[in-house]
Amino acid sequence: MTATSTEEFEDGATLDGNAMAGDLREVFAVDVTSARYMCAGCRHTDAVATLRLWNRAPGLVARCPNCEDVVIRVVRAPDKVYLDLRGSVRLEVPLEGV
Amino acid sequence: MGIISRGFGGRRRESVPGLPPGQYLTHDFPVLSAGPTPRVPLDRWRFTITTETGEKTSWNWSEFQALPAEDFTVDIHCVTKWSKLGTTWRGVSLDTLLGDVESSADYTMAHSFGGYTTNVPMEDLLDGKAWVVYKFEGEDLHPEHGGPARLLIPHLYFWKSAKWVTGLTLMPEDEPGFWEAAGYHMYGDPWREQRYQGD
Ligand SMILES: [Zn+2]
Repeated sequence: MTATSTEEFEDGATLDGNAMAGDLREVFAVDVTSARYMCAGCRHTDAVATLRLWNRAPGLVARCPNCEDVVIRVVRAPDKVYLDLRGSVRLEVPLEGV
Repeated sequence: MGIISRGFGGRRRESVPGLPPGQYLTHDFPVLSAGPTPRVPLDRWRFTITTETGEKTSWNWSEFQALPAEDFTVDIHCVTKWSKLGTTWRGVSLDTLLGDVESSADYTMAHSFGGYTTNVPMEDLLDGKAWVVYKFEGEDLHPEHGGPARLLIPHLYFWKSAKWVTGLTLMPEDEPGFWEAAGYHMYGDPWREQRYQGD
């Protein structure tokens, strides 16, 4: 299933994890949306780009499409970005050019 | 009021004296949500207060409706910078809900259907400062805005006014909730612009 920014998923999310790319690009030197997450709630694993994203909120909330648990939270303050990863057991980040 | 009609250019930002710092006035009611909107059937609804010793006091929907309700008008301030003035609500004061609860806890955690949490000091819930509301502008509170019932603590940023509230846990020590754990301020006073940790 794919969605553009104008479509809504059945669960009410308007976006998918690709929409976090901009904020996360400022934190990491790699494209984190291509990384794989493992959900701490249900151990589901897939690309960060497939997470369901709620952005009409005080931050970005990326939820597991399998169990709806929160996997990643991103909060932007004026001078810093908070990245809360307690909902992911790990991130598997591919390195380019290796 | 100026001579130029309001409503022309609906999303125009107005800067109004008397608003907390950094806020702009909105006339609509933006829907902010960190997850799917729960649809809570009234026959499954409960509000439960759990003390630091594990004692529980709880109300089902009809018991809750039988509690003395208050109608009141307050201003609300969202950390995403919109403020809405003169909003009218109906609900039960936390003074009523906490009145018979034996506790010496200084902090509370509000819990919601769907898993959302937010921490609030006990003293900010007492003395007519907080309610569990179920009507907005005379209508049943819509699920998008937190219905059947939400917490309302208008003197703090609106993320503290937990939608779909299902109870309070009373705690001896302060602990961060959903947004507080992810970088937002533990207290969230809009007049002191306490948006993020360290503000
Ligand atoms: Zn999951």
